[in-house]
Amino acid sequence: MAEIRNYTMNFGPQHPAAHGVLRLVMEMDGEVIERVDPHIGLLHRGTEKLAETKPYNQSIGYMDRLDYVSMMCNEHAYVLAVENLLGIKAPIRAQYIRVMFDELTRILNHLLWLGAHALDVGAMTVFLYAFREREDLMDCYESVSGARMHATYYRPGGVYRDLPDSMPQYEKSKWNNQKDTDKRNENRQGSMLDFIESFTDRFPGCVDEYETLLTDNRIWKQRTVDIGIVTPDRAKALGFTGPMLRGCGIPWDLRKTQPYAVYNALDFDIPVGTTGDCYDRYLVRIEEMRQSNRIVQQCIKWLRENDGPVILDNYKFVPPDRERMKNDMESLIHHFKLFTEGYCVPVGEYYAAVEAPKGEFGVYMISDGANKPYRVKIRAPGFSHLAALDEMSRGHMLADMVAIIGTQDIVFGEIDR
Amino acid sequence: MSKLPPVDLIEKICHGEDLHISEALGEMTVSVSVDKSYDILLALRNDKELAFDQLIDLCGVDFSAFGQESEEPDCSFPGAPELSVVYHLLSLDNSFRLRLKVQLDKDVPILRSVANIWPVANWLEREAFDMYGMIFEGHPDLRRLLTDYGFIGHPFRKDFPISGHVEMRYDEEKGRVVYQPVSIEPRVLVPRVIREEGYGG
Repeated sequence: MAEIRNYTMNFGPQHPAAHGVLRLVMEMDGEVIERVDPHIGLLHRGTEKLAETKPYNQSIGYMDRLDYVSMMCNEHAYVLAVENLLGIKAPIRAQYIRVMFDELTRILNHLLWLGAHALDVGAMTVFLYAFREREDLMDCYESVSGARMHATYYRPGGVYRDLPDSMPQYEKSKWNNQKDTDKRNENRQGSMLDFIESFTDRFPGCVDEYETLLTDNRIWKQRTVDIGIVTPDRAKALGFTGPMLRGCGIPWDLRKTQPYAVYNALDFDIPVGTTGDCYDRYLVRIEEMRQSNRIVQQCIKWLRENDGPVILDNYKFVPPDRERMKNDMESLIHHFKLFTEGYCVPVGEYYAAVEAPKGEFGVYMISDGANKPYRVKIRAPGFSHLAALDEMSRGHMLADMVAIIGTQDIVFGEIDR
Repeated sequence: MSKLPPVDLIEKICHGEDLHISEALGEMTVSVSVDKSYDILLALRNDKELAFDQLIDLCGVDFSAFGQESEEPDCSFPGAPELSVVYHLLSLDNSFRLRLKVQLDKDVPILRSVANIWPVANWLEREAFDMYGMIFEGHPDLRRLLTDYGFIGHPFRKDFPISGHVEMRYDEEKGRVVYQPVSIEPRVLVPRVIREEGYGG
């Protein structure tokens, strides 16, 4: 009889299915995975240490770069931590704007996840469909903050500015004649809220399109059903949050169970799975997109009916507007102080958590009374999920590893920090 | 907002122990001693009424520069590290959150691993060890997690400069990547200041 022995295989650090820079050292018994040792940290930038050396407001931009497909949710957690330590609260309109953008971000994230996951598992088309809708949402980011991804839009005390009255338009080009350009600009004639509303009217139909491509697709089901099953008890012990936890049938969502901002005033449902496999997690995320769409519609309605400030006028924490700064001596002093020194935060500690698209994203902040945080710890949902990769993939085939990485919705910006 | 666990239940679990419970900003913090931390964490998870079934976060903190203003150009603070470990617990059934702090011994920063209570602690403890250098006794596989292969030092300690000690470049002659001392000039853009309460009116 021939001698049979396990062999070790290296996966990554550069692999299209690794969703970033992930190196896996796998011990294989033929095609079957016996043990996985993920090597992470290839994208480690020391965000937490950098935040200790900068005034509070200068680290908001770093938060975008953590989970770089759900930018504003990360900002939300950071801003909540600072606000709670300062003892201030954003105006109600700012909270509605935050919730609206959190949900748009959730759709953005789930679209990227859906496209990339399907691409990994072997369905090319979904990626193209998902990115068509992502483009519109990126335009919303751009029109509100000037940046398509790294917005730095949330600030302690509110949001940077109110929603714009107009949307950027497409221009005629070599590839698009005037008629096509006019058609593309059709829903961009009104305000940004009009544009988002036209998106939310259209979006449930788009989700139906994705579902016709995948939900009953035989190949999709063969690749995801009963792959990477996690029982509810194990999911808790492994520190799962978000869709990974809900896929196992535990109805835990911070937006419902520990509401922040204005989530308790909004009507939405929490989808849960039953078996806790990759297919259930797919169904949960698909339904979450529909629910996010519902929340956005409610926010649009509220924002149309209610006007008001979007940021506090407490100039100890929030810079005065440019006009005031140019004309008023005291405002100039406030402006100067805020941009040269920042504000000092009272001694204390706070853990702020939000339901990011991937799970519970938390910021634990310790202040010693200085103008810079003493310690910032970022609780990234993907970190706990990736830690369970070994357990989830044992006994599966090599090709299932790709499906499991996909279902975990891994982004290395937040895991390596 | 999360709910606060009842104080008397926590006191019951830690009966006879010297612990300090404080509430601030709607959160509860329990400080315990190093040698009791494992037993208390285990009891917090096993207690039927509290049922802290999730370890949300575990992180190290170096308190050696707490409240200090002056800063070196490389953003480091001289002085021996004073390490602590902070646990954030969550009870899904009751929606409780609890923070547990353990202050470690200055000379021998060792505490017992909780990786067998919550398996997620495996990586969280590896990260804390990597960044701060405390030892988790009984950890199944205490290796570095985030830093480079062969990295020296614990970068999140306050005496570690922000620019690090070494930098990496490709050496044409040797035909490989080499490490050399950092060539960055350290600078402080915004000094660290602590203002008294009510500063500026």
